[in-house]
This record gives sequence, C-alpha cells and structure tokens, in this order.
Amino acid sequence: MNIEVVVFGVSFVVALGSSIAMLFAKNAVHVALFLVAAQVALALTFLLQGAYFIAAVQIIVYAGAIMVLFLFVVMLLGVDRSEALIEPLTGQRPMAVGLGALLAAEIVYVATKGSEFVIVGGGEGALSALNEDPGNVKALARTLFSSYLLPFEFTSILLVVAIVGVMVLARRIGDAGFLRD
Amino acid sequence: MTSVPPEYFLALAGLMFTIGVVGALTRRNAIVIFMFIELMLNAVNLVFVTFSRMQGTVDGQVVVFFVLVVAAAEVVVGLAIIVSIFRRRRSANVDDVNLLKW
Repeated sequence: MNIEVVVFGVSFVVALGSSIAMLFAKNAVHVALFLVAAQVALALTFLLQGAYFIAAVQIIVYAGAIMVLFLFVVMLLGVDRSEALIEPLTGQRPMAVGLGALLAAEIVYVATKGSEFVIVGGGEGALSALNEDPGNVKALARTLFSSYLLPFEFTSILLVVAIVGVMVLARRIGDAGFLRD
Repeated sequence: MTSVPPEYFLALAGLMFTIGVVGALTRRNAIVIFMFIELMLNAVNLVFVTFSRMQGTVDGQVVVFFVLVVAAAEVVVGLAIIVSIFRRRRSANVDDVNLLKW
C-alpha cells in the first residue's frame, strides 16, 4: 500500500475523531486539547498537498500561539463551571444535529461530484514544479509581495486595530484610566 | 505530491466544517463556541490548500495566510470581550447575555 494513503488515512481519522470528540467533551480544557489534535492532523494534510510553509505556520501559530491563548483564558475564568443544560430555545439541539447532518451530506456530495466542474489551471504538476524550482516559501513570498501586496498592508492595519481594541476592552473601569488623562 | 485524490480532502474539510457548525449551535460556553469557530476556519483552510493544489498555483496558500491573520485578530478581540463580560456577570454562558434580546 502507498505510504501517502496511510498518512492520509491516519490524518483523516485523527482529524475527524478529535472533532467529534470536541462535541462530546464536557470540560473546556479537553475541548481545547482535542482541537489541537485536529489542527496537527490538518497540518499533515497540508504537508501531503505540498503546502509546506502553511503546514509549519499552522502548527506554530494555530496549535501553538492561539491555543495557548485559549487555554490561558479558560484557566483565567475557571475550568470547573459545568455547562447549563437548560435550553432557552426548545428543540435547538436536535434541530442543529439534524440540519448539520443535512449540511454534511450536501457538502460531501458537492465535494465528490462537483470537483470535475472546477476550472483547473496548471494542474497538480504545476504546483510540484513551483515547489521544486523557486521552492514553496519563495513562491509564496513572490505571490504575497506582488499581487497580494495591498491586502498584506491591510492586514497590518487590522492587527493595529485589534491591539488598540483589546487595550480599550481590557482596562478596568475604576482604574485611573489612560482614556481620562 | 500525493496520489490521494483531492475529493477526499474536500470531503474531510466539509465534515469538519459541519461539526464546527453543530458545535457552535449546541454548546453554551462562549469560549467553547469560539473553539468551534476556529475549527470551521481550519476546515476552510484545508479547502483553500486543496484548491491551490488542483489549480497548480500558490494563490490559495496566500489566502490561508490571510485567514490565519484574521483568525488571530478575531480570537484576541473575542477573548477580550468574553473576559470583560465575565468580569461584569461572573459567567461565560451565552444565555446570560440577553439584555439586548427582543
């Protein structure tokens, strides 16, 4: 059997299994750890498809930085609070599960049947050639800093806005506020 | 490049996205809802990487890069909002925040 099929099978089972386990985990910390497992499995699928830089960034930024932030806030707010079981909207959970199954069936149908209608440019060989000749990181950088330069600059504005917003949100009301001075 | 056909990756992404939707609709803890939103963003990233492979360009991977930045900003602001709600109401349950409810 091909080794790539085995790797894909393992990442498929781990990603799907830990996502389903997220649904049933009671503790918020367990949900976060299952999410980390799913993200590492997804990084494997990125590697399989030739997105080497994105796979590394997925593990460093998502499974590393963002999930640590999540766990930090979970610990800050207290982990032992049990989730309320009363439903303000009756029948919301069965409706969500039923409609979710319908959505899954639709998406899987489109993914398996509709991909023949997708306009394929250079095909898979073109990406392999790009990964060989300039290399994945160089090809990404050339695209990012030429055709996507303006969106790239906008992301820096977005990050500055997020930093200022968090500083405003996180200040204590009673403190000697920096806004009043 | 892998010999596994791209349809399998698209199906995996669709299933994970659906699980994210169901989790965000059924859970009550605001932080857990945020984690399911992260799961949905991850599934969409897999779709972009698969399309990048099918098209033979790196444009899809550049889009994943932008999704990552937006997700980081969203998590930081969202968690700050949750913490400030928790400071006032001693709860991270989304059903307790119903002051603006019609």
